[in-house]
Amino acid sequence: MKGYVHSIETFGTVDGPGTRYVVFVQGCPMRCKYCHNPDTWQPNIGEMKDTDEILKDYDSYKEFYGNGGGLTITGGEPLLQIDFITELYEKAKAKGIHTCLDTSGIVFDENNQSLMEKFDRLIQSVDLVLLDIKHIDPEQHKELTSQPNDQILAFARYLDKKNVTVWIRHVVVPGITYNEEYLTKLGEFLGTLNNIKALDILPYHTMGVVKYENLGLSYPLKDVEALSTEDGHAAREIIRKAYHRVKGD
Amino acid sequence: MKMNSEAWNGFEAGQWMRDINTRDFIQHNYTPYEGDDEFLAGPTQNTKDLWQMVMELSKKERENGGVVDMDTKVVSTLTSHGPGYLDKSKETIVGFQTDKPFKRGMNVYGGIRMAVKACEDNGYTVDPEIVEFFTTHRKTHNAGVFDVYDPEIRRCRTNHIITGLPDAYGRGRIIGDYRRVALYGTDYLIEDKKAQKESFGTIYTDDVIRGKEEISEQIRSLQGLAKMAESYGCDISKPAKNVQEAIQAVYFGYLGAVKEQNGAAMSLGRTATFLDIYAERDLANGTFTEEQIQEFIDHFIMKLRCVKFARTPDYNAIFAGDPVWVTESLGGMGVDGRTLVSKMSFRYLNTLNNLGAAPEPNLTVLWSNRLPVGWKKFCAKMSIKSSSIQYENDELMRPIHGDDYGIACCVSSMRIGKDMQFFGARANLAKCLLYAINGGVDECSKVQVGPKYRPITSEYLDYDEVIEKYKDMLKWLAGVYVSALNIIHYMHDKYAYEKIQMALHDRDVKRYFATGIAGLSCVADSLSAIKYAKVKTVRDENGIVVSYETEGDFPKYGNNDDRVDSIAVELVTFFMNELRTHHVYRNGVPSMSVLTITSNVTYGKNTGDTPCGRKHGQPLAPGANPMHGRDSHGAVASLSSVAKLPYKDAQDGISNTFTIIPNALGKDTVIAGDL
Repeated sequence: MKGYVHSIETFGTVDGPGTRYVVFVQGCPMRCKYCHNPDTWQPNIGEMKDTDEILKDYDSYKEFYGNGGGLTITGGEPLLQIDFITELYEKAKAKGIHTCLDTSGIVFDENNQSLMEKFDRLIQSVDLVLLDIKHIDPEQHKELTSQPNDQILAFARYLDKKNVTVWIRHVVVPGITYNEEYLTKLGEFLGTLNNIKALDILPYHTMGVVKYENLGLSYPLKDVEALSTEDGHAAREIIRKAYHRVKGD
Repeated sequence: MKMNSEAWNGFEAGQWMRDINTRDFIQHNYTPYEGDDEFLAGPTQNTKDLWQMVMELSKKERENGGVVDMDTKVVSTLTSHGPGYLDKSKETIVGFQTDKPFKRGMNVYGGIRMAVKACEDNGYTVDPEIVEFFTTHRKTHNAGVFDVYDPEIRRCRTNHIITGLPDAYGRGRIIGDYRRVALYGTDYLIEDKKAQKESFGTIYTDDVIRGKEEISEQIRSLQGLAKMAESYGCDISKPAKNVQEAIQAVYFGYLGAVKEQNGAAMSLGRTATFLDIYAERDLANGTFTEEQIQEFIDHFIMKLRCVKFARTPDYNAIFAGDPVWVTESLGGMGVDGRTLVSKMSFRYLNTLNNLGAAPEPNLTVLWSNRLPVGWKKFCAKMSIKSSSIQYENDELMRPIHGDDYGIACCVSSMRIGKDMQFFGARANLAKCLLYAINGGVDECSKVQVGPKYRPITSEYLDYDEVIEKYKDMLKWLAGVYVSALNIIHYMHDKYAYEKIQMALHDRDVKRYFATGIAGLSCVADSLSAIKYAKVKTVRDENGIVVSYETEGDFPKYGNNDDRVDSIAVELVTFFMNELRTHHVYRNGVPSMSVLTITSNVTYGKNTGDTPCGRKHGQPLAPGANPMHGRDSHGAVASLSSVAKLPYKDAQDGISNTFTIIPNALGKDTVIAGDL
């Protein structure tokens, strides 16, 4: 099966454990104001790549990924091409490759029976989900991403129920998510889950700005400064505290 | 030879006591170290004080525009200058190239013109008597070479298709086995050399005459070395008795080399684990403490950081600095499976803590996946801290050289004391492609440099036609290149022979006849463009192609794409095989490198537009790197393209300059990690 691929990064070190082969797929329904890959938004463009072709390419580098690394699919939003990525993950698992999905969870819909069957199948061959929770507050989420977050949180609970290992990623933006109340709420929500193995705080940076210029788009967060590492640490501590309070430890 | 010494008490006996055989001594006596860095000692007050003095001199040197002092009257030899010190009372390892730290010696045997220019460019004037003497009465290497160069070689040189030839300066790239001075002392080494001299017999062929004359020079240089040590109050005529003496003797050996030669790279070898044998014995006997041994090493490394040569700003521009390439090869694995990492390997890297980071000496870790974990972790820690460590693949080199090889310069591997290299700069393969298209006419100067082969006259370039003509032109280039190098090394041996360095070699050395290529990725991409896209020629009024218009996309080297990577691989093998067809001086073994580190910028200035879309003046890629910005699939894909190049056909080394921001190497554990 073929899917739309934006690009391949053969030396991925920040999207899952170890050194990873990272497939960036094309298309995303979210319009996060801070998105640093706006070039991956538009669906059904880019290069069509076959799952076998991708795995053959992976194999040519497999020595680099053997020691705790593996395959990550990110984007764009991988779940937009759920059939394609499911086939890719199944074939990768058959080869013993560690598989990782980096997603916002936006496509999830617990009321859609046929889609849920696809999810049930998908998670069979995913070792790790990097779940990007953009905002814990429903209204603010919509404001930030143009999409609601109820199904995203439902996806988090679903992964918990299915016992899929999850790392939470959260972009902390000054004036938007760098907010004690929201960070606490996020920590409290995570505290209700039992499958969260790590928390990855992504301090907001401005390196995406140039892409907007190249694409002729106006950048929504023009006046927002990057978040300092210290503030990133502080945000993490707020989430952690709330998480452990709920856990009772 | 029968040798014995009380200095060897406690060492395990072996063949090394009958022949000059440093490796055998190491193998019988060294202690592999598999622990961590906990045992290391910090700097002593004396070390801090001395380093402060060095820093002040460095500051003064910068303020003066690059030089503190230069000798203009005395030609540098082993014994030309009296002893020099920073602060005699504090130095545990002594010796400078001249009578004062940071005063640059005058080396004239490579070429008097270069020595004069180095002084003039820095505001000094060489004593006219010296100039007169080395112009009229004593010929230099440079003068010898230009007596023989033919017009074709000169044209290649001035048009930059062959560049950086060591025809006016010292070729370098030779590593003396400086450990021999410590282990045996100069008396035994001289005795051995005398026996070597007699071993030629009495049939006086050219080779025998030259061999015997050279060994006589070597013997005199060993005597000179002992005298030089004596001026510092040290006796190196006998084997070293403890680790301080051993370090001092190794350093004197090296110091002799850098007094005698201003070579393009003056590397140290593989000394750490050898010296560790002495350190272990002294620690066991209570002769010295860990703090003292670290102090000796700190002072030794400090001295290596103070090695200076008189060079021209032009020279420094090519190499982006004032490099000496004091390369020390650390670690690696032995052929018997034991690691060659010792505590001393750690102490060498620990100088980056005690003295701070520095580009010299060029600490090079011979990397194997089988190295002890403690060492790997320490290397990583020190790399993060200092960005000063070079890594090379022991797994690739050990099968060829065994386990007592070292790196000269940045990548040239050779067995210590057994192999040497005739350094051979490089040929510009990108320019050669343009010559093939233009029938040997230089695209910049419009001079007929290469042979007048039929040029390409079509508007669009045809791959088969280009590749056929390119191969013809490469054949020509290989021939003229080897000829130039044959002349150069003949004259260097004759007029600027590396006496002390060769005195620390076996009689019969393997001589690598090194060559190099520049512009590999540029040619691969250009040929790929011609093959997979459409390349239109743009001609000047005389019909010479001066530019190219490339229509469509094409595979680019650096993306692990075999369609273009195979072109690069084929080129390396083809050119190497062409070099192999030629007669080379002194039964040299031809080898080739793909390793420009900084001079790719200069090459780019002298290479016209290329079919890959690169414009005249834009840099070629360094070494075997992909062209800038053309690798779009990440580092592993980029490195995979490089890794396809056949080492057997580029045995003098393949380099890839790789820069990455720390954040792209992984996450800060505070930001990402367990809840």
